[in-house]
Amino acid sequence: MNKILLVARREFLTRVQKKTFLLSTIGLPLIIFVFYGMIIYFSVKTTDNYKIAVADKANIFNGKIGSNDKEVIFDFVQSDTAALQDALSKNTYQAYLLVPAGFTLEGKDSLQFRSAKSVGLLTREKIQNKINKALEEKRLMGFNITKEQLDSIQKEKEYIQFSSASGKSENETKVGVSYAVGMISGFMIYIILFIYGTMVMRGVMEEKVSRIAEVIISSVKPFQLMMGKIFGIGAVGLIQFLIWIVLVFGIQFAIALLFPSLVQSMQGQPIQPAGMQAAQAVQESGAMSGAMKGLSTINFPLIIGCFIFYFIGGYLLYSSLFAAVGSAVNEDPQDAQSLLLPITMPIIFAIVIMMKAVNDPNSGIAIFGSLFPLTSPIVMMARVAYGVPDGVTLLQLILSMLFLILGFLGTTWLAAKIYRTGILLYGKKITWKVMWTWAWKKN
Amino acid sequence: MSKILELKNLKKYYATQKAVDDISFSIEKGSIFGLLGPNGAGKTTLLRMITGIFYPDQGEIILDGQQFDPVNDIIKIGYMPEERGLYKKMKIGDQALYLAQLKGLSKSEAMEKIKFWFKRLEMESWWNKKVEDLSKGMSQKLQFVITVLHEPKLIILDEPFSGLDPVNANLIKDEIYGLAQRGCTVIFSTHRMEQVEEICDHIVLVNLGKKILDGTVSGIKQQFKENIYSIKVQEMPADLNSEAFTIVDQTANILTVKINEGKNSNDVLKYFIQQNLTIESFNEVLPTLNDIFINLVDGTKATTRAFQPIND
Repeated sequence: MNKILLVARREFLTRVQKKTFLLSTIGLPLIIFVFYGMIIYFSVKTTDNYKIAVADKANIFNGKIGSNDKEVIFDFVQSDTAALQDALSKNTYQAYLLVPAGFTLEGKDSLQFRSAKSVGLLTREKIQNKINKALEEKRLMGFNITKEQLDSIQKEKEYIQFSSASGKSENETKVGVSYAVGMISGFMIYIILFIYGTMVMRGVMEEKVSRIAEVIISSVKPFQLMMGKIFGIGAVGLIQFLIWIVLVFGIQFAIALLFPSLVQSMQGQPIQPAGMQAAQAVQESGAMSGAMKGLSTINFPLIIGCFIFYFIGGYLLYSSLFAAVGSAVNEDPQDAQSLLLPITMPIIFAIVIMMKAVNDPNSGIAIFGSLFPLTSPIVMMARVAYGVPDGVTLLQLILSMLFLILGFLGTTWLAAKIYRTGILLYGKKITWKVMWTWAWKKN
Repeated sequence: MSKILELKNLKKYYATQKAVDDISFSIEKGSIFGLLGPNGAGKTTLLRMITGIFYPDQGEIILDGQQFDPVNDIIKIGYMPEERGLYKKMKIGDQALYLAQLKGLSKSEAMEKIKFWFKRLEMESWWNKKVEDLSKGMSQKLQFVITVLHEPKLIILDEPFSGLDPVNANLIKDEIYGLAQRGCTVIFSTHRMEQVEEICDHIVLVNLGKKILDGTVSGIKQQFKENIYSIKVQEMPADLNSEAFTIVDQTANILTVKINEGKNSNDVLKYFIQQNLTIESFNEVLPTLNDIFINLVDGTKATTRAFQPIND
């Protein structure tokens, strides 16, 4: 049997047969769900109805401010300030709004809003919106506009039809879905690079620290050992990630589609589950038929194909660099931290470009980022989500893939030379400068 | 006897030092060969070139009559490096199987040989244990088995007895003799001279990357003898004075003497006989390898070599 395969098989089996593998593969999605469950629970819980007493002495609102929902309730009362203060202290109301008797829409007076406790940012925004909207309506109606006219003005109409040069229409649903898909897949690749890159590095360090490296090197070329390790761990990653995707994304998506009310309550939350976000983007377009239409405009075979390609390409490109760092580190794992910096920098840089690319897939920086092999696995996913040729031209995609393959060959060649020297060297503290000289010395 | 290994003008230079500087020697088939030298003499670099881990900058390695091919000749060599270890979390049986397969054995072949060696060294009950549960001596034994498992023609052992108790050291020593008798050649690298004297047929001493001594153990001792004899007499005379020898050391009734230039042992004996002194024993004192080693290496500042620049 080929020696690279032998090494890869051991790397794969020892990791998959560990209890921690099973635990993390099944456990991680579970933890994520518990986490999301708590977010949902608290987001539902904290938006208890917030009762506001309105003392409308100028009768501006005609006894109605917007439509009451569960969160904010406006109650019109005929009380004076003292009685309102009393109600606050008795906690029958959480706040009161006082419209002074002389208040006019044209005047410069302001409404008095007093709350028992300080109002949360989200609730405050809601209250503000409702009151402002009601006042705006009143003012417009002051210009003798009928209710029907007002409704017709306020009715949203899409005057602009966005479409690409090829004539395909780009409705918001598609852009929304593309955005979410690009973001999610970009982040996934980012996580892959870190998790499995570090795993490769630890594997190399383990071999060095346990002093088995030279025993193995005497029967296998260092390059074979390194590649075997990279392939073995890559296979672990591929399997683990597929399980995760199915579990996390699939279940989230199902929950979001089955219980739309949950998603609604999640709105405005700072952290939203990625899968729900995608489902929500779909749902905002309205009915389920629209959602399916939005999804069908996404070229999933292309995206899944590209994801797997950039998953593997990006992993191979970076894991050999992680292996090189692992080979240079001695017993002290802290040394690894400083050596890792030049590797983690481009990955973080790529995430920054990716954030920009999901908004504007054809900007200069996005094009550069998606071609440059150190950043392309992450950035290109953001562009591919918009499809070919809207997000990325076929030529750029092919070039990017080609560069990635070349980049992978380049880093592997470089890393193999560092690895070969580093794996047998003990007791010296190694810097990148030293590793660089290893990479270029003959044999 | 034919040669198993021939090194011709081997050189390996690092940026800061000449690790191996023009070394040539050859090793006979079936012999136990000692490669000696102080720390940092270039032994490990030399061994790494012989095992194909490093490529020499210059020179030739001929293994079993053919140019050494690092990729395909791995099966012919068993190397136990000085820095050795095992996967801590892996079961011992699996580990041996894996390493044997890496050498190029098929799974069934490897299995058969592991069982043979485990039985021979009474390690059968270890199969499902993990390396972290073994003592240092036990894992040494396992290392040895892994090294010789695939029946290599050339076995290279770098400090094989470090960390072994006398019982296990003897066990391994017997195995080394046994392997040599069955036609294997053993290269034995160490700086423990008493082991070399006991085991090796032929030695090479390297220092500062150069070969400074090459020969059989007895030959080298002859070469470095200083004509020193020890004489045991029944009664020590009060006054000893002869042109034949000078006294080196003297105890109650044993005399250590150095024979002077132009004289021989008979001249010494003649002197004692003429004095009518009864000689109980008379024998030559050969230098120990340790003495020779220290004599040759001392003063070269071998240990500070790593800090010396190359003067080309």
